[in-house]
Amino acid sequence: MIQIKGWLAVVRKELTVYFGTPIFYITGFCFLILAGYFFYTNVLYYSIISLQAAQQAGNPQVAVQLNPQQMVYRPLFAVLAIILLFLVPFITMRLLAEEKRSGTAELLFTYPLTDWAVISGKFGAALLVYLILLAFTASYSLVFGLITRLDWGALGAGYLGLVLLGAACLSLGLFASSLTENQIVAGVVAFALLLLFWIIGWVQELGAGDLGRVLQYLSLLEHYENFTKGVIDIRDLVYCLSFIYFFLFLTKRKLESRRWRA
Amino acid sequence: METMIEVRDLTKYYGPQLAVSRLEFQVAAGEIVGFLGPNGAGKTTTLKILAGSLAPSAGTARINGYDCVSDSLPVRRSLGYLPEQVAIYPDLTVTQFLRFAARAKGVEAKAEKGEIDRVVAACGLEEVRGKMVGALSKGYRQRLGLSQALLNQPPLLILDEPTIGLDPSQIVGIRQLIKNLEGAHTVMLSSHILPEVSQLCHRVIIINRGLIVASDTPENLSRQLGRGSRVFITVSGPVDQVEAALKAVDGVSRVLRQGEGEYLVEADNGVELRPQLARVVVERGWQLLELQAQEFSLEEVFLNLVTEEKS
Repeated sequence: MIQIKGWLAVVRKELTVYFGTPIFYITGFCFLILAGYFFYTNVLYYSIISLQAAQQAGNPQVAVQLNPQQMVYRPLFAVLAIILLFLVPFITMRLLAEEKRSGTAELLFTYPLTDWAVISGKFGAALLVYLILLAFTASYSLVFGLITRLDWGALGAGYLGLVLLGAACLSLGLFASSLTENQIVAGVVAFALLLLFWIIGWVQELGAGDLGRVLQYLSLLEHYENFTKGVIDIRDLVYCLSFIYFFLFLTKRKLESRRWRA
Repeated sequence: METMIEVRDLTKYYGPQLAVSRLEFQVAAGEIVGFLGPNGAGKTTTLKILAGSLAPSAGTARINGYDCVSDSLPVRRSLGYLPEQVAIYPDLTVTQFLRFAARAKGVEAKAEKGEIDRVVAACGLEEVRGKMVGALSKGYRQRLGLSQALLNQPPLLILDEPTIGLDPSQIVGIRQLIKNLEGAHTVMLSSHILPEVSQLCHRVIIINRGLIVASDTPENLSRQLGRGSRVFITVSGPVDQVEAALKAVDGVSRVLRQGEGEYLVEADNGVELRPQLARVVVERGWQLLELQAQEFSLEEVFLNLVTEEKS
């Protein structure tokens, strides 16, 4: 059972560390520079194509493709997801590895906090940091929405996908951080596992049969794509939430093993 | 008296290496118990098991009636723990860390500030409240470790080497602080500093190679486990003759010269030497200036026990 007070104490402590150290500012700066750059180039490309389309007004195929969701947001969501692969290990690698390396874990786990309170507290703080970064990118759309008509529903679905994908990646990153005392190792393991879950579905394209279909179902990318199209499918929601729970559960089992190890 | 700690058959292996072997002891509520032993004796392992951060390989440890493994949460609610190596988040200030610890320990929001102020004052941390933990000296870090253990006034305090790394004046302060906890709290502390244990503790448990080799009050240990009896005597007379005369007394095993006219006379079998020594000195016409029975110090008891174990 999660204890709310203990959970809040861990969230606050983690946020204090995030905001008190350069991690948040450096990763945030890089993320927003990249996100801003890609948003800008997408909008620029969209405006050029729009201009060309206006000059050849008779072509209906071009007109169908010409909407901000297709031309600006789908490519943006695709690229943000790739940035996530690199960003998440930086957010999560410290969470448990540093506690173990510095020895603070010994004190932390003698406080009357359940393992769930510690794990979900750390996960919650990392998610909050990620949501803050994501909220900055939402401001682009608010400005963009003033000059063009946006499909806010589809945009919301895309952001929901980005939130769920980010949460799934963070849960995996937290698990990687529980495996080692070394932050760099935790980061590399998180990156490798995320990459694996990214490309695992590609075997289907090589004609891997039933196994290929299973692996494709396990791919994060596969489920994320529906959200970027503006489609919220219950299967994708279930997959993301199960993914998050599975890795938080693995993290809990890993933490429990510390009492019996040695 | 209510039992605070109950340890039965406690055994811990690190891989194939036996760290603690079938420990059995009890600590009553309100007692201050010292845990003594050389390095690698199993003190820290036992304290870690009691604090719930390590599970035993066999046996049970109960605190306040709760099992340290299966009822870990209520156990952790009733204890304050100071680990041997005090590691505290370097990126937090002293106040931020204490606030986190208070919340994690379930201190009520209304009482939080008062509780933090209390432990800060008790451990002398006022000067460094706004400082980052990473910038604190070892002594201050130790005191911060102790202050977090005191938060929420837990009935049991487990302190692993509480005065290590402190300067002499700080040591006196911390000892006084622990002494003040007497009665209201049960304290189990491990230490290498034997006078500290004799001063602070009602009872001493001596552990060596994972086994309890003695458990009693410091005074009883000195009396029972000191080798024989010992008398300090000051005589005014010719040194060699005095020494020879003292050696000749029945039951004396050894005479050690201490200073000018001062001798330490030891007997192996616990014989009361004072009447005979006084008679010998007076009969020879020398002046008897001082005659005092001496207890063996805890250091000597400890060394005797540990050496016996080795041999």
